[in-house]
Amino acid sequence: MRRIISILLENEPGALSRVVGLFSQRGYNIETLNVAPTEDATLSRLTLTTIGDDRTIEQITKQLNKLVDVVKLVDLTEGAHIERDLMLIKVRASGGAARDEVKRTTDIFRGQIVDVGPNVYTIQLVGTGEKLDAFVAAMAEAEILEVVRSGVAGIARGEKVLRL
Amino acid sequence: MLSGGEMIARALEDEGVEFIFGYPGGAVLHIYDALFKASKIPHVLVRHEQAATHAADGYTRATGKPGVVLVTSGPGATNAVTGIATAYMDSIPMVVLSGQVASHLIGEDAFQECDMVGISRPIVKHSFMVRKPEDIPAMIKKAFHIATTGRPGPVVIDIPKDATRPDAKFEYVYPDAVKIRSYSPAQRGHTGQIKKAARLLLSAKRPVIYSGGGVVQGEASELLTQLARDLNYPVTNTLMGLGAYPGTDRQFLGMLGMHGLYEANMAMHNADVILAVGARFDDRVTNTVSKFCPGAKIIHIDIDPTSISKTVQADIPIVGPVQSVLTDLAEQVAQMRNKDAELPDQGALERWWQQIDEWRAKHGLWSGRRYGESEMIMPQQVIESLFRATGGNAYVTSDVGQHQMFAAQYYRFNHPRRWINSGGLGTMGFGLPAAMGAKLAFPEADVACVTGEGSIQMNIQELSTCTQYNLPVKIINLRNNYLGMVKQWQDMQYEGRHAMSTYEDSLPDFIKLMEAYGHVGMQVRKLDELDAKMEEAFAMKDKLVFLDIFIDPMEHVYPMHVAPNGAMKDMWLSKNERT
Ligand SMILES: Cc1cc2nc3c(=O)[nH]c(=O)nc-3n(C[C@H](O)[C@H](O)[C@H](O)COP(=O)(O)OP(=O)(O)OC[C@H]3O[C@@H](n4cnc5c(N)ncnc54)[C@H](O)[C@@H]3O)c2cc1C
Ligand SMILES: Cc1ncc(C[n+]2csc(CCOP(=O)(O)OP(=O)(O)O)c2C)c(N)n1
Ligand SMILES: [Mg+2]
Repeated sequence: MRRIISILLENEPGALSRVVGLFSQRGYNIETLNVAPTEDATLSRLTLTTIGDDRTIEQITKQLNKLVDVVKLVDLTEGAHIERDLMLIKVRASGGAARDEVKRTTDIFRGQIVDVGPNVYTIQLVGTGEKLDAFVAAMAEAEILEVVRSGVAGIARGEKVLRL
Repeated sequence: MLSGGEMIARALEDEGVEFIFGYPGGAVLHIYDALFKASKIPHVLVRHEQAATHAADGYTRATGKPGVVLVTSGPGATNAVTGIATAYMDSIPMVVLSGQVASHLIGEDAFQECDMVGISRPIVKHSFMVRKPEDIPAMIKKAFHIATTGRPGPVVIDIPKDATRPDAKFEYVYPDAVKIRSYSPAQRGHTGQIKKAARLLLSAKRPVIYSGGGVVQGEASELLTQLARDLNYPVTNTLMGLGAYPGTDRQFLGMLGMHGLYEANMAMHNADVILAVGARFDDRVTNTVSKFCPGAKIIHIDIDPTSISKTVQADIPIVGPVQSVLTDLAEQVAQMRNKDAELPDQGALERWWQQIDEWRAKHGLWSGRRYGESEMIMPQQVIESLFRATGGNAYVTSDVGQHQMFAAQYYRFNHPRRWINSGGLGTMGFGLPAAMGAKLAFPEADVACVTGEGSIQMNIQELSTCTQYNLPVKIINLRNNYLGMVKQWQDMQYEGRHAMSTYEDSLPDFIKLMEAYGHVGMQVRKLDELDAKMEEAFAMKDKLVFLDIFIDPMEHVYPMHVAPNGAMKDMWLSKNERT
C-alpha cells in the first residue's frame, strides 16, 4: 500500500542523508520526497511517500523514529489528510490547434499556463499525485519536453497537528 | 580557557573514561599534544586502528563501560570502520573520535580527507561533526549519552583539525546532563502488556525463556535467573547472551540456533510459550522464519521497537529496558501466583522437563561424548581443558569460525560479560584486540583468546601492543590448518571442493613468532599433554602464551541447522545423522 509519512526533522547537517540512507540501506522504496524549512528555523518538515505491506511500513516508521534527528513522525494515510504535489510541465505547442488543445486540457485540470513561448507552453498544476499522473496521461498527444514535480507534501485534516 | 584539543582531553576525564585506544596522525596531533600535556587517562597505542576499536569494544563488553577510540582522518578513520560496524551489529556502546582535515579544506579532496560521517552513517547509532570548537564539551556529553542509553551503539565525532588549534581558547564547562528533544528511549514497559505477559507466561505448558545480548548489556542476568528459577522454566541463550544464565545449571539448555544444542532447538520448536528477552530473532537463530516455532505464543521484551516483529511476529510486544521490565514482570507473576497457587501447571511442567531430559539423553552435547574419536586432539577437548584450567571463570574472547562455535558450546559460562565475541558482523581479527581490552580492565583475571590460525593473522600485529603494555593474555589457537568454517560449508555444500580455504605451507612458525615479540609459544600435539600445557600456560601469570594446539582438521561443528527451508528442529547432528 502507498503511504505518506510526514516527519519533523532536526535542521542539522547530515539529517536528511540519514533519512534517505536508511531507505537504501534497508531496501525500502521512496516514491517521492519533499523537504523544506518550517516556521521554526530549527526544524524541517519532510514528507515522503513509500509503498509496502503493513509489516514493512511498520518497520519503516519504527526505523525512522529511531533516527536521533527525527523529532516526530506521522503516517498521514492513517487518517483523513490533504495531499498536494506541484508539477511544472513544459510541452511543445506549435500551431493553433495544438495550442488550443493544450490550453483546453489545462483548463479542465484547473492548471495554469505560467510561461508562453512561440513553440512551448509551461504549465503549473497542483493536486494529488493521481491527478498529476492523469494530466500527464491526458497530454499524451502533445510532446512533453520536461516534467518537474515537487513530490507530495501533506497535512492532516481537522485539529490534528504534527508539532513539538 | 581551553583550546579545542584541551577541551577534548578534559571532557574525556570528566566523563570518567579509563582508557583511550588510538593511533595518531596529522589531523589529531593537536589532540594528542593536549593529551600528552594534561591528560591522566592512559592511552593505548595499538598497531592498527581496527584493533583500537576492537580493544575498546572488548573493554566495554567486559566492563559495561563505553569504550573510547581516537584515530586520525582518512586511512585512520577507514581502518576503524570494521570495528565500528562490529560494535554496531552487537549493540556495543563506543565513542569514536576521528580527526578530519581543517574545515576550509573539506570537500577539496585534501590530503587524508575522507567523509567519515558519510562512510560510517549506516554503522553508527549517531554521528556528529564539530562545526564550532565551543560545541565540543556538549557534543562529547551527548555522544556518551546516546552511545550508552536505550539500545547502545557506537557514536562517531568527526573533528576538523582547526577546531582543536592550541591558540584558540574557549570557556570550558562540562554539562551535567543532556536533553535531546528527539531522543528519549523507553524507561519502563507498558503495564497492561506486562500483565498480559505474566498471564500468558503462567498459562504455559511447554515454556522456554530465550534470552540474548540485551540481558547481558542491560545488567539483568540476576533478575532473569531469579525469574527462571522461581518458575522452574528452561532457559536458552543466544550466542550473545551466553553467561546471562549460569551455563552449568540444570535449567540451562545451552545455546540455540544454527549451532545451538539439540535440546535447546527442540525445546524451542515444541514450545507453547516463548519469553524472548533482549534477543532479536536473528536468522542464525530462527532458521526458516515461516517454520519458526509453529505452536508458540511469543512475548518479546526489547528496548528497541525495531527489534520487535522485525522477523518473527510477537504476540505480546513489550518495549522497555530488560531490568525494569523483568522486575515488573516478576512482580506480576508473583501476584498472580499468590492468588492462584496452581500456577503454572506443575504436571505439564514436569512432563515438559521429562521430554527435555529425553532430548538431552539422546543428543545433549554435555550428557555424553558427542564428538569423534581420533588420534588427534578434538577441538571440543581443548575448550573443556580450558574450562578446567580456568575454573570456568576466565574472560574468553574469540575470533570467528569453528573455534568460536566450539568455545560457545563447550565453555559453560556461568557469569555474564565473560564471553566476548563478534556475533552480528562475525569479524575475524576481533579476538586478540578484544582480549587486550578485557585484560586492561581486569589485569588480575585470566583472559583467553580462542582463535584459529586464520583469524589470528588478521590482527596479529597486536602482539607488539601486548608487549608494550604488558598484557599477558593466553592465546588458544585451534590449529586445523584450514579456514575451518569455510571448509565445513565446502564439505557439506560443495562436495568437499576446498576452494581457497587452505594456506598450503605458508603458515609462520608461531612459536618463533612469539619469541620474536618477547612472548612464549608452545605446541601441543597430543591429548595427554593438553591439560598440563594448558595449566602451564595459565601459571605463567606475567607472560603472553600462545598455545598452538594441533586439532583434528576434519571435525565439523554440530549440531547444524539444515538449510535452506529447515525449521529449528531440523539439524545435522553429525556427518551422517539428521533429526
Ligand atoms: C559463525 C557464526 C555462527 C553463529 N551461530 C549462531 C547460533 O548458532 N546461535 C546464535 O544464537 N547466534 C549465532 N550467531 C550470532 C548471530 O549472528 C547473532 O549475532 C545473534 O544471534 C544475536 O544475538 P541476540 O539475539 O542475543 O541479539 P543481540 O545482537 O545481542 O541484540 C540484543 C538485543 O537486545 C536489545 N537490548 C539491548 N539492550 C537492552 C536492554 N537494556 N533492555 C532491553 N533490550 C535490550 C537490543 O535492542 C537487541 O534487540 C553466529 C555468529 C557467527 C559469526
Ligand atoms: C574478516 C572476515 N573475513 C572472512 C570471513 C569469513 N569466514 C568466516 S569463518 C572463516 C574461517 C576462519 O578460519 P580460522 O580462523 O582458522 O578458524 P576455524 O574455522 O578454522 O576454527 C572465514 C574465512 C569472516 N568471518 N571475517
Ligand atoms: Mg583454522
